[in-house]
Amino acid sequence: MKVSYFPGCTLKTKAKDLDAYARKCAEILGITLEEIENWQCCGGVFTTARDEIATKLSSVRALNDAKEKNQALVSVCSACHNVLKQTNYAMQTDEEFASRANNYMQLDEAYLGETQVLHYLELLRDVVGFDKVAEKVVNPLKGKKIAAYYGCLLLRPNSVMKMDDPENPTIIEDLIRALGAEAVIYPYRNECCGGYVALENPDSAKEKSLKVTNSAKNAEADIILTACPLCKYNLEKNGADIPVVYFTELMAEAFGIKEDCNA
Amino acid sequence: MRKEIENLQNEIIRISGVNPRKCMRCGKCSGTCPAYDEMEYHPHQFVSMVESGDIEPLLNSKSLYQCLTCFACVDRCPRGVEPAKLIEAVRLAAVRKQGQNHMTANDIPEKLDEDIPQQALVSALRKYSK
Repeated sequence: MKVSYFPGCTLKTKAKDLDAYARKCAEILGITLEEIENWQCCGGVFTTARDEIATKLSSVRALNDAKEKNQALVSVCSACHNVLKQTNYAMQTDEEFASRANNYMQLDEAYLGETQVLHYLELLRDVVGFDKVAEKVVNPLKGKKIAAYYGCLLLRPNSVMKMDDPENPTIIEDLIRALGAEAVIYPYRNECCGGYVALENPDSAKEKSLKVTNSAKNAEADIILTACPLCKYNLEKNGADIPVVYFTELMAEAFGIKEDCNA
Repeated sequence: MRKEIENLQNEIIRISGVNPRKCMRCGKCSGTCPAYDEMEYHPHQFVSMVESGDIEPLLNSKSLYQCLTCFACVDRCPRGVEPAKLIEAVRLAAVRKQGQNHMTANDIPEKLDEDIPQQALVSALRKYSK
């Protein structure tokens, strides 16, 4: 099965490993990630103002590209996924925005939010199935206590993201269990790490990140698992003394292909 | 209310899509806001101050740049008011004015370290500048 793939700026630079593990693991599961040609950066954050048009066009282009190939659009980075899904929702539900965006696009057929936008985790749960993921595990991660860190972007706003229960999510814990490890539940798993405010007010990001790390440690986690390069940066920069690992890296380890990805 | 304030109020309400009159003053948005301690005006105050037209203090407040856009207040509001969208609209009203960028590309080099992800830079510039 082929899906369109939007890697995003950070997966081509600071988070190359997040990308490499995602591609290799998808191959194992019989999915080909076809990178969108000439994709442009999503902008990192979705601007909720309805009169912001130009800043959302790179997402509309990627979404339309997937539509023309009749493929779902998959991303791994929490931020890209959030921007793509919120832009797609705006194209479906805000007639004025869609009309103005389409005026810029000049497509043969207007884009109106037809593409299915999936986070890689949704691809695993809803298309592949966690039971099939479990079948590919050759190196079960027995005895590891892992804290899933959702942060803010994967789950919210829930009316648009519709990924999981925003206050009591299970999707990453279900993956952790499929890989043979133990999932640790802790209070701060869906609170913000401080995000881009790390540039404006590093002390603010530090306080938020430490709350997350300490919450996971109090629940006796050995590892914190994330899908977001900025969450990983903020937690590590601000004193995380347990490893903060991408979920794709953990999969690659369980699938026994981690070394192949480090080429 | 002065005409220009009324126009600004209408513009903020229009581009945010938020109706501040739906607010029932329960304070849950501010109670759940992770940036509460860094803010001079808190999410519930943004809602009530936009409603009453007391917008000038918000435009000049550093609170605009402490919001994490984590959508905690959006998802946890029992009335669906969506305060973060209102804060975003006020922030845009501030940074869209000529020369009012809160952060520019020239500010970036001194903020860099070797690990910072590109995602942080593009996000901050999108939030803090026009």
